[in-house]
Amino acid sequence: MTDSIAKGAQTLMAVVDDAEPQAIYRDDDGVLAVALAGSWSADRAPRLEELIAEMAARVAAVRQARLDLSAIGRLDTLGAYLLARLKEDGEAAGAGVELASRRPEHGVLLREVNLRATEYEPPARPTGLVTVLVNIGKAVTNFGRDLVGGAVFLGEVMIACVGALFGPRKFRGPSLINQIELIAFSGAPIIILISFLVGCIVAQQGIFQLQQFGAAVFVVNLTGILILRELAVLLTSIMVAGRSGSAFTAEIGSMKMREEIDALRVMGLEPIEVLVVPRILALMISLPILTFISAMSGLVGAGLVAWLYGGIGLDTFLARLKSVITWQHFAVGLIKAPFMAFVIGLIASIEGLAVKGSAESLGRQVTASVVKAIFMVIVVDGLFAMFFASIRF
Amino acid sequence: MQGDLAMSAAPAKDASPGEADPVIRVRNLKVAFGEKVIMDGLDLDVMRGEILGFVGGSGQGKSVLTRTILGLVRKQRGTIEVFGEDVDKLDQRAHRTLERRFGVMFQHGALFSALSVKQNIQLPMREYLKLSPRLLDELAMLKIEMVGLPPDAADKAPSELSGGMIKRAALARALALDPEIVFLDEPTSGLDPIGAADFDELIMTLKQTLGLTVFMVTHDLDSLFVACDRIAALADKRVIAVGSLADMLASDHPWLKAYFGGERARARLPKDNLRT
Repeated sequence: MTDSIAKGAQTLMAVVDDAEPQAIYRDDDGVLAVALAGSWSADRAPRLEELIAEMAARVAAVRQARLDLSAIGRLDTLGAYLLARLKEDGEAAGAGVELASRRPEHGVLLREVNLRATEYEPPARPTGLVTVLVNIGKAVTNFGRDLVGGAVFLGEVMIACVGALFGPRKFRGPSLINQIELIAFSGAPIIILISFLVGCIVAQQGIFQLQQFGAAVFVVNLTGILILRELAVLLTSIMVAGRSGSAFTAEIGSMKMREEIDALRVMGLEPIEVLVVPRILALMISLPILTFISAMSGLVGAGLVAWLYGGIGLDTFLARLKSVITWQHFAVGLIKAPFMAFVIGLIASIEGLAVKGSAESLGRQVTASVVKAIFMVIVVDGLFAMFFASIRF
Repeated sequence: MQGDLAMSAAPAKDASPGEADPVIRVRNLKVAFGEKVIMDGLDLDVMRGEILGFVGGSGQGKSVLTRTILGLVRKQRGTIEVFGEDVDKLDQRAHRTLERRFGVMFQHGALFSALSVKQNIQLPMREYLKLSPRLLDELAMLKIEMVGLPPDAADKAPSELSGGMIKRAALARALALDPEIVFLDEPTSGLDPIGAADFDELIMTLKQTLGLTVFMVTHDLDSLFVACDRIAALADKRVIAVGSLADMLASDHPWLKAYFGGERARARLPKDNLRT
C-alpha cells in the first residue's frame, strides 16, 4: 500500500524533480506510515522545517512510525540531516522511527549525516558590566605593555643607530637613499600644496579680523611666526605619519606575515638594523627638509593673499617679515622636525612588528600606527611649546 | 556500484554511470593575458560523478583554466558549457543560480579572516537559504564534522588553524550549499603524506555520499593514483591527454613521459604497468 503511493509519487517526480516537499500520512495498525516525496533539499528549508515539526508531533502521538524515502526526488545533506534528527529525537523520547528507502544512496547519505556532532557548547562569554571591566583591565595592561615594549624597542633602535654610525659596514646607504626618495621627494608635492593652502587660509582669516582694528599689516607677524614655529612642522609631520608611517607599518607588517622577518633573523641579519634603522634615519633627514619646504610654501601662500586680498604689497610683506622673524622662530620649527620623525618611525616600526598572521591584523596595526603617530606628534609638539616657553627661546 | 550511488544522489535526470554525461564541456578555448597566450584551442569534458585530476607543469595555466570556468578570468574565444548550458548566454540571475551549484576550494583556503570557521561556512548559507538560526548552527556543525574537523574548531579564527585544518575548513565552506561540482585547487599541497591521504579519502567518501563531481588541480602523484577516476594533462597550451592512468603511461608526449616516468611515479606503479 505504501509502495503504491510511493510509486505514484515517483512517476510524478520523474517529471518534476524540484517539486514541493510532501509528507503523506497513513495509519497502518497503530504505526504511522509516512511517504515522503518532493525535493528535500536546502532550497526548501522553511517548508521542510514545518514538515519535520508536524511529523515530530504525530510521531510523539503514535510512538511508532515508518518513513518511506523512496519517492524523494532530491535529498541533500540538509534534508537527510533533518530526517536523521527526527529519528534521533523520536528515539530519545521513546518513540520508534524507522527510515526506509529502496535507494541505496539515501542510506549512505543518512549514515554520513548521522555522525551527529557530540554536543559542543561554545565557550560562554561574559556580558554586561563584567565585559566593560574586563575591557578596561585589558586596555590598562595593554597600555603598560605598549609602554615597556616601546622603551625596549627604543633602546634596540638606539643601539642599532649607534652601531650604524660607528660601523660603516652596517650602514645601509642604498636603502637609506631609497627611503629618502620615497619620503621626501615623492611626498613634497602634496606637502607644498597643503602648506600653500593653509598659509592662504590663515592669512585671509588674520587679515579679516585684524582689519577691524586697522592693523591688517600685523598679519605678517601672525602668519610668519605661526607657520615657522608650528604649522609647517605639524602639517608635515601629520602628512608624513599618514603617508610614510602607514607605508612602513604595512611593509614591515606584511614581511612579518610572510615570515620574511624570521628569514632575515636566521641569516644572522638583525631586522631592526636592516629594516628599521634606515627608515628612521631617512625620516629624520627628510622631515626637516620637508618642514623647510612646507614653511616656504606657506609663506608664499600668506604673501599672495596679503597682496591680493589685504592690499599689502610684496615689498612691505618681505620687509616686515625680515624685521619680525628672528632666526629663533625659524630654528624652533626645524629643531622639532627630527624628533617628530623619530616618533613617527618608532611607532610605525613597533606596530609593523606587532602584526600577526591575518590580513585583518595588518589593517588594524596600520590604523593604530597612524592614529598613535599623529597623537604623539601633537603631544610632543605641546611638550616642545612648554620647553621653549620656559627657556624663553 | 560506487558510481551508481554517486549518480543518483545528484539531482539530474538519472544518467547511468557508464554513459557519457559531461557536466562541464569546454571547447576551443583561448585565454591570453596581453600578448602572452596561456591556452589556445583547449577542449575538455568533465563527466558527472567523476573525480578528474588535472595535471600540468608550473605556470602552464592549470589555475587559469579553473578560474576561466568559474568566470574569474575572461576568455578570448571558445565556449564553456556547464550542465548543458552555455555560460555566455546566461543572464545574471541564471549565473547566480549556476554559481550556487559550484563549490570552490582555493589553494590557500581563502577563508575570510575576519570570520570564525563556523561563520565562514554559514556565510553562503545565510546569503542563499532561508534557515532558522538553530538549523543554521546545526548544519554548520554537521559540515565541520563531515570534513573531519574537531567541533571546537568551529569558533576559531582561520589564523588559529594549522595548514591541514585550513584545507578542511575551506572544503567545508565549499560544501556549504551542497554543490554538484567541487573545484579543488591543489587540495593536498602543503599537507604531510598522512594528512594528504586522509584528504584523498575524504574527497572520495564525499563524492560517494553526496554525488559530487570533483575537478581537482593537483601535483600530488598519490592523489592521482588513488583518488582520481580520470586524469587530464595540460601542456603546449591545450589538453594533450585525457584518460585513465594507463592512458597517461602509454602516452608518447615527452612531458607526460617525464611526469609519470620519473622515480617518484615509478615507485607508486604496480609492477605490471612498468615498461622498459
